[in-house]
Amino acid sequence: MSTLDTLSPMEAGRLPRNAPLFVGVAALAAGALVVVLGGSLVLGAVTAALVFIIALPLWSAVVENRRAAVDRLVTGLVWTAFAVALVPLIWLVWMVLDRGLATINPEFLTYSMRSVIGDEQGGLYHALMGTIVITLIATAISVPVGIFAAIYLIEYGKGTKMSRAITFLVDVMTGIPSIVAGLFAFAMFALILGPTRFGLAGGIALTLLMIPTVVRSTEEMLKLVPDDLREASYALGVPKWRTIAKVVLPTSVAGIVTGVVLAISRVIGETAPLLVAAGFTNNLNTNPVDGSMMTLPVFIFTQFGQATEKGYSYAWGGALVLIVIVMLLNLTARIVGKIFAPKTGR
Amino acid sequence: MTSTVDAPPDASPPEIPELEGKTTVGDRVFRALAVAAGSLIMIALAAVFIFLAIEGAPGFTADEQHYDGKGSFIGLVVPLVFGTTYAAVLALLIAVPFAIGIALFVSHYAPRRVAKPLGFVIDLLAAVPSVVFGLWGGLALGPYIRPLHEWLHNTLGFLPFFDGQPSATGRTLLTASIVLAIMILPIITALCREIFSQTPTLHEEAALALGATRWEMIRYAVFPYARSGMVSAIMLGLGRALGETMAVAMVLSSSPIIVLDIITSDNPRTIAAHIAQNYKETTPEKVAVLIACGLVLFAFTFGVNALARWIVGRGERKQAA
Amino acid sequence: MATSIDVSDVHIYYGDFKAVEGVNMTVKARSVTAFIGPSGCGKSTFLRTLNRMHEVIPGARVEGKIMLQGTDMYAPEVDPVAVRRQVGMVFQRPNPFPTMSIYDNVLAGNRLNSKRMSKSEADDIVEKSLRGANLWNEVKDRLNRPGMGLSGGQQQRLCIARAIAVEPQVLLMDEPCSALDPISTAAIEDLIHELKTTYTIVIVTHNMQQAARVSDETGFFNLKAAGQPGHLVEFNSTKKMFTNPDNEATEAYISGRFG
Repeated sequence: MSTLDTLSPMEAGRLPRNAPLFVGVAALAAGALVVVLGGSLVLGAVTAALVFIIALPLWSAVVENRRAAVDRLVTGLVWTAFAVALVPLIWLVWMVLDRGLATINPEFLTYSMRSVIGDEQGGLYHALMGTIVITLIATAISVPVGIFAAIYLIEYGKGTKMSRAITFLVDVMTGIPSIVAGLFAFAMFALILGPTRFGLAGGIALTLLMIPTVVRSTEEMLKLVPDDLREASYALGVPKWRTIAKVVLPTSVAGIVTGVVLAISRVIGETAPLLVAAGFTNNLNTNPVDGSMMTLPVFIFTQFGQATEKGYSYAWGGALVLIVIVMLLNLTARIVGKIFAPKTGR
Repeated sequence: MTSTVDAPPDASPPEIPELEGKTTVGDRVFRALAVAAGSLIMIALAAVFIFLAIEGAPGFTADEQHYDGKGSFIGLVVPLVFGTTYAAVLALLIAVPFAIGIALFVSHYAPRRVAKPLGFVIDLLAAVPSVVFGLWGGLALGPYIRPLHEWLHNTLGFLPFFDGQPSATGRTLLTASIVLAIMILPIITALCREIFSQTPTLHEEAALALGATRWEMIRYAVFPYARSGMVSAIMLGLGRALGETMAVAMVLSSSPIIVLDIITSDNPRTIAAHIAQNYKETTPEKVAVLIACGLVLFAFTFGVNALARWIVGRGERKQAA
Repeated sequence: MATSIDVSDVHIYYGDFKAVEGVNMTVKARSVTAFIGPSGCGKSTFLRTLNRMHEVIPGARVEGKIMLQGTDMYAPEVDPVAVRRQVGMVFQRPNPFPTMSIYDNVLAGNRLNSKRMSKSEADDIVEKSLRGANLWNEVKDRLNRPGMGLSGGQQQRLCIARAIAVEPQVLLMDEPCSALDPISTAAIEDLIHELKTTYTIVIVTHNMQQAARVSDETGFFNLKAAGQPGHLVEFNSTKKMFTNPDNEATEAYISGRFG
């Protein structure tokens, strides 16, 4: 690059290939300098990011042209947006691990909070059991209803008024605020039994939140089953219901199970509806129709509400247990998806 | 060209009866189950509305002592609606630029091989339960960004949003909005990503072939195609932010007031947080008031979601035309 | 166990649209009948009415009589499912069930109808059907592998084995070779020759050489004009159709002057 005249038009005014790398290193250096001069780590990071976002377009504006500079500016912004989004995720996971691991011990996992006063050791066993019972109730209701509703939408009701109405209502249900679902379950039983809170009501509230997810994911999966297979089955003289039960559903089972597990992982962390419908208690209660039932999210919320060091640490411990459960469910969904996927033999 | 029927050569009794009278009980039962499940969904939604209406109706006109010193339902619900909207809009202002940036990153900027796993990392944010976000926002983020509050007050204090005394705990509407923003970020990102990656390759290549830079290609080929989808993604994010309870209930100490300041310890309250904070209530009148508030929230989010769907529908019709 | 099919005055509709009109013919037992004609003339649609697969499509209906063994298969008391057990079908694209092994695919018709059978009975049916479809020697060592793992031609023969395993009277084939390479096509054509000793076979094909090679009788379908319903122009022995057809349009189509 001696003079511009010796360059062909295609080579004119390009930054070197590794220009972003140079600028990146320079930005990190600037950030480090800020830290060395006594700025906080965050200030250093912000400086580095700003230098990176601004310096590269400036350089580009000088060597290349305005359009290229704008392109580089946007590229820098987009990368930064992603990097910034990682901060809360990593921070949150680290906090939960750090604080949670400090709290968790065998007693914490096997004790309830029954008659625990002051600094005595308590635990979240009652909340864990409550979460399991309530989630099982919600799953037991919403999975059959959701799957059969999806079967109706795809196999029976295509194009009918009723199916359009159901599709619309499922859309509406997706948007129900979770606390309203809780209020609904509470109001429904309050009308019959008077104001009372118990596990079943919590299960009903979660059902309302879970059904649309199950319907949607099942619907998507059933749509993926090629019509060829349905026709092949009909042509063998197989009735429609057997075709659905033995050809369509087995073909899409991987996707359906994955969708169900993900739906469970979503509702298992719901707090507000359970607070309203299932209430809270310090005691172990596994009877869903008698009295308040504790759940993990509500445990976290109430321990946080204590506003004591012990309460906070118990809340972090509960958060770790809850996140581990949610992540395990997500992992299960992925593995199930792989295992049950139709084998092509290739 | 028809001919007479060929008698089957092996003139054994033909199996005619097989054609007739096959039971279809299984079919009928299966169909009935499917219809029942569909109907149950319709009934469930009707029930939600009816039960909330029956139980909530007295809440609109209860004695004035049941409205937290606000005198009437309107007096209580207007500040709550304000708080709900304010917090959600702030969250959107923070989340949308990031969401679009990240969606572009995954769909157009990140190296092909890592784009998918990176998208998955953002999806992980959606898997974190809201109560954990609330915990983190209240105990970690709030105290940590207190200096930000002071900096905003000192440099931008002439604006009505930052003119009050910065809170000493960091548990402010600003913090709550940031937490809300992080919670709705994965939803908006996922939807935008989906739409961006559906842009016809032909349009993109046409733009690039005309000498457009990557950004110009996105501006002139991707954004026009994705506009209605982006708007509806934002609306769905808004709907989610309006209904979110825990982040606000756990981060904020709030009351039903109308204030613009977002960095002080006097914060407006959202409907959902109001219900959560009073969940222990058992007096029938107070419960009715809470349910009435829930109805308002339901109607509000329903409206926002309906608007989002309408925008999508309009976009689709336009593209079909 | 093979039977003839008598078709009299059949009209086929999709909703309000009339797709095929006024078909009369007799499909002879233990023979191969081919339907030829330009795209969209309704030959596949007509084929699908022969085992009531047509009505799987919402809004589709049929007027007229189709007699199978002396019973009108469109009579109100007849269950379409029972018709399909008598009249099997092979489709354009091979469509083995992806969740099932080769063995289970062959037995699908029996298994899906929950027919109770012993292991040895099942083994017999599988072997007999796969032999019948000329596939036994190629797959006998890997019966438990997924059916989707076979080549396209093998998959199509697997589908034929699946169709004959339920011992139908009639076998309908809707362009069974159009997705296959020439070698697989030859294998299927040989198979059709063998199958006609046992079954009544009706085949739709775009390939006129194929119709000439495999069929005993041929029906030519055509459209009067675009948007008009298709109709049966001529139905005659294949020999006559390809040497000296009665109808000018048939001759024009067969000699390649249109379509």
